[in-house]
Amino acid sequence: MTTAMSEKAQRQPVEMPAQAMPASSEQVALMEKVAIRHLSFFYDQNRALKDISLPLYDKQVTAFIGPSGCGKSTLLRVLNRIYDLYPKQRATGEVLLDGHNILSPKQDLNLLRARIGMVFQKPTPFPMSIYDNVAFGVRLYEKLSQSEMDARVEAALRRAALWTEVKDKLKQSGLSLSGGQQQRLCIARGVAVKPAVLLLDEPCSALDPISTSKVEELIDELKSDYCIVIVTHNMQQAARAADFTAFMYLGELIEYGVTEQIFTNPANEKTQQYITGRFG
Amino acid sequence: MANITLDDPLPVNAQDQGRRQRLQDSFFRSSTLFFALMVLLLLGGVIIALIFGAWPALRTFGFGFLTTEVWNPVTDKFGALAPVYGTIVTSLLAMIIGVPVSFGIAVFITELCPAVLKRPLGIAIELLAGIPSIIYGIWGLFVLAPFLQLTVQPFLIATIGHAPVIGRLFAGPPYGIGVLTASIILAIMVLPFITSITRDVFETVPPMLKESAYGLGATTTEVVWNVVLPYTRVGVIGAVMLGLGRALGETMAVTFVIGNAHQLKASLFAPGNSIASALANEFTEAVGDLYTSSLIALGLILFVITFIVLAFAKLLLMRLERQVKK
Amino acid sequence: MEIYARRRLVNAVSLTVAMAAAVFGLFWLIAILWTLFYNGFSAINLSIFTEMTPPPGNTGGLLNAIFGSVVLTIGATLLSTPIGMLAGTYLAEYGKKGAFAETVRFINDILLSAPSIVVGLFIYEVVVVPMGHFSAWAGVIVLAVIGIPVIVRTTEDMLNLVPNGLREAASALGTPMWKVVTMIAYRAARNGIITGILLAIARVSGETAPLLFTALNNQFWSTDMNAPMASLPVTIFQCPLSPYDDWQHLAWGGALLITITILILNIVARALAALGSSRG
Repeated sequence: MTTAMSEKAQRQPVEMPAQAMPASSEQVALMEKVAIRHLSFFYDQNRALKDISLPLYDKQVTAFIGPSGCGKSTLLRVLNRIYDLYPKQRATGEVLLDGHNILSPKQDLNLLRARIGMVFQKPTPFPMSIYDNVAFGVRLYEKLSQSEMDARVEAALRRAALWTEVKDKLKQSGLSLSGGQQQRLCIARGVAVKPAVLLLDEPCSALDPISTSKVEELIDELKSDYCIVIVTHNMQQAARAADFTAFMYLGELIEYGVTEQIFTNPANEKTQQYITGRFG
Repeated sequence: MANITLDDPLPVNAQDQGRRQRLQDSFFRSSTLFFALMVLLLLGGVIIALIFGAWPALRTFGFGFLTTEVWNPVTDKFGALAPVYGTIVTSLLAMIIGVPVSFGIAVFITELCPAVLKRPLGIAIELLAGIPSIIYGIWGLFVLAPFLQLTVQPFLIATIGHAPVIGRLFAGPPYGIGVLTASIILAIMVLPFITSITRDVFETVPPMLKESAYGLGATTTEVVWNVVLPYTRVGVIGAVMLGLGRALGETMAVTFVIGNAHQLKASLFAPGNSIASALANEFTEAVGDLYTSSLIALGLILFVITFIVLAFAKLLLMRLERQVKK
Repeated sequence: MEIYARRRLVNAVSLTVAMAAAVFGLFWLIAILWTLFYNGFSAINLSIFTEMTPPPGNTGGLLNAIFGSVVLTIGATLLSTPIGMLAGTYLAEYGKKGAFAETVRFINDILLSAPSIVVGLFIYEVVVVPMGHFSAWAGVIVLAVIGIPVIVRTTEDMLNLVPNGLREAASALGTPMWKVVTMIAYRAARNGIITGILLAIARVSGETAPLLFTALNNQFWSTDMNAPMASLPVTIFQCPLSPYDDWQHLAWGGALLITITILILNIVARALAALGSSRG
């Protein structure tokens, strides 16, 4: 595919040529959960993201890859408007979640973030018990009885593949866990609130290889229920874990498509160079 | 057991909740802002209350209040000269005695002492800084004053007391209490305070800087003199000024031993007064509006002096912080 | 060689001087503590805790003074802690580097070192004069005013130590700002904030001068907050000015009590600070 054709594919994501469909044996009907349209982002006067448009599909994993400073984390952080905590950071364009533009000034941020979960680079367990960590987000918006909450916490911890390791020490501090366990706790915390979208910002970069592979397995299981977006420095991880990949460079979206195709037959010269390690 | 899984959608009574949260957020923010404002208002309140209370005296005596030594409750004639002089002299003397010692201790802790002693010594200094000044006061009265009266003072009177010019500083009968005693107590009291700040300031020097000097073969003294002190010059001055600010306002350490005499004598052995000690000794028994008002005027003068010194110190220390951050 | 020998001599001399200064200074401080413990211990017996302060020439105890000090300190702590914590919270979470916040910090630090006797005059003008008499209330207020700057400073410093990632993780769950601060940041900084409160208590429990113009003193047992109230420091202040041995004895006992209390508070505060926020 030439650059022009791939750009066209970006703008009309639902009508993708047959080669761009995921190579799984089932024919999955792709549902667009988030549509990013002409998004630009500014740190003060500095334009960090330039006119980005791409889709994020439900029940699929989309990866953002690219060299340091390309804007992939910035793009991720637009999706739950966490940048709004800081002055002098703003976004223009549209980001549609189930059809609603979340960049609208009328959008309530807390409610938005309750629907979009985020896991950060460094594990950030709250200074409270493991149980309370998972229950924290749930308690903000739902009134559950003790047994209902217990069940929810257990379900979330099972989802994060952490239950068997912590079921006997739920009252212990979240900070007493190992790094990999803490990160899975953060994932459990994120899924306990039943988000629509799950954002993962380099979730494994602070973890050892064994914890990393556990988290990657997790992502593979979780995707059957969520729209997952993952930012990663690690190309092999993207190749392993993601269905769709977006390659970014210097704030621009260079190429987007099915992971397999991006990695084996990229359309753009720059993508090719990055994949083969010429830079970054 | 309820069959809750993670597949049910999030409950949606969203709008009410959103509005409630926004209200709570702005209420919380306003409360914190209100109390932050209160800090400013406290300072303003102090200044206004002092001026208000001092006004009768200021109006009656005018500028002469600062230059008159007379302090006579019977004839209602008051002048601030003696207490102001006492405050300034005791504080300056305390600095002259205390600062070199503080430096010595700070240098010792940062450069000389074995690593094992560093932390305990540092902690000990900080604990000492927390001892209330009244302890120093009663120690001064019961231990230091008699000691000075019996040994040091007669010695000094017999020797330096006979020298020309300087001799006047050490003249007079050895009371034990007096300006000198008060200065010594003040110096000891302010020691831990200045030491701990100076030590903190010394420790902001990047180790690499000192190592480069040592690497060239410099001695410890040369490193301290040529590297540490110039680097921390601003902070050290700030520390000293903070100590001075403390000394100026100190009441209890001084009140017991300064002698409570509204007089201005050349001799350091003579009893005198500081603003704080005059207030402590006389305020509750002051009868008459002009008497009370004069005392409050003294308080106002003290506040102005310490405010200037402390503000200056703070500005210097802020400059040091900026320098460290670079 | 001659130059080097001279340098070494200068070094040896000045280091000896530094060490001598250290020994000299520490000697006096230790001498004071020694005298305090020696004289104070012999004065501490059961009667100190059971009898009231005596009229001149009689023996007695310090019960009413101890009680008064406790009441005044607790009252001052209850008043100053919420004010100081909230003001410190504003500086750390909302004001940050703004001009208003910088001004508040500057003024706060000046109040921190301002002469406490002047604060006493201030409260005299503002509380005692309108009320028409000295009272324990005035004493509580003046001690609170002295304690507030300490708590403001330590609360702000401790909140600034809480990593921002923790706040972002909470916001990402849709937590409203006030809960991010109270349920997450306060919790993470809890030990440090308590340390600050303990240090403020240590500071105000030794204050004498400001109480002279507010709570005054009371020879008898009193629980009336509207009346003058005895306190250890003021009682000690009045003791030595009399020539009676018994009173002087009592003064040392009271001084020792105050010093031990303050030392314990400082040590506990330090120990807490060392624990840090490692526990949940």
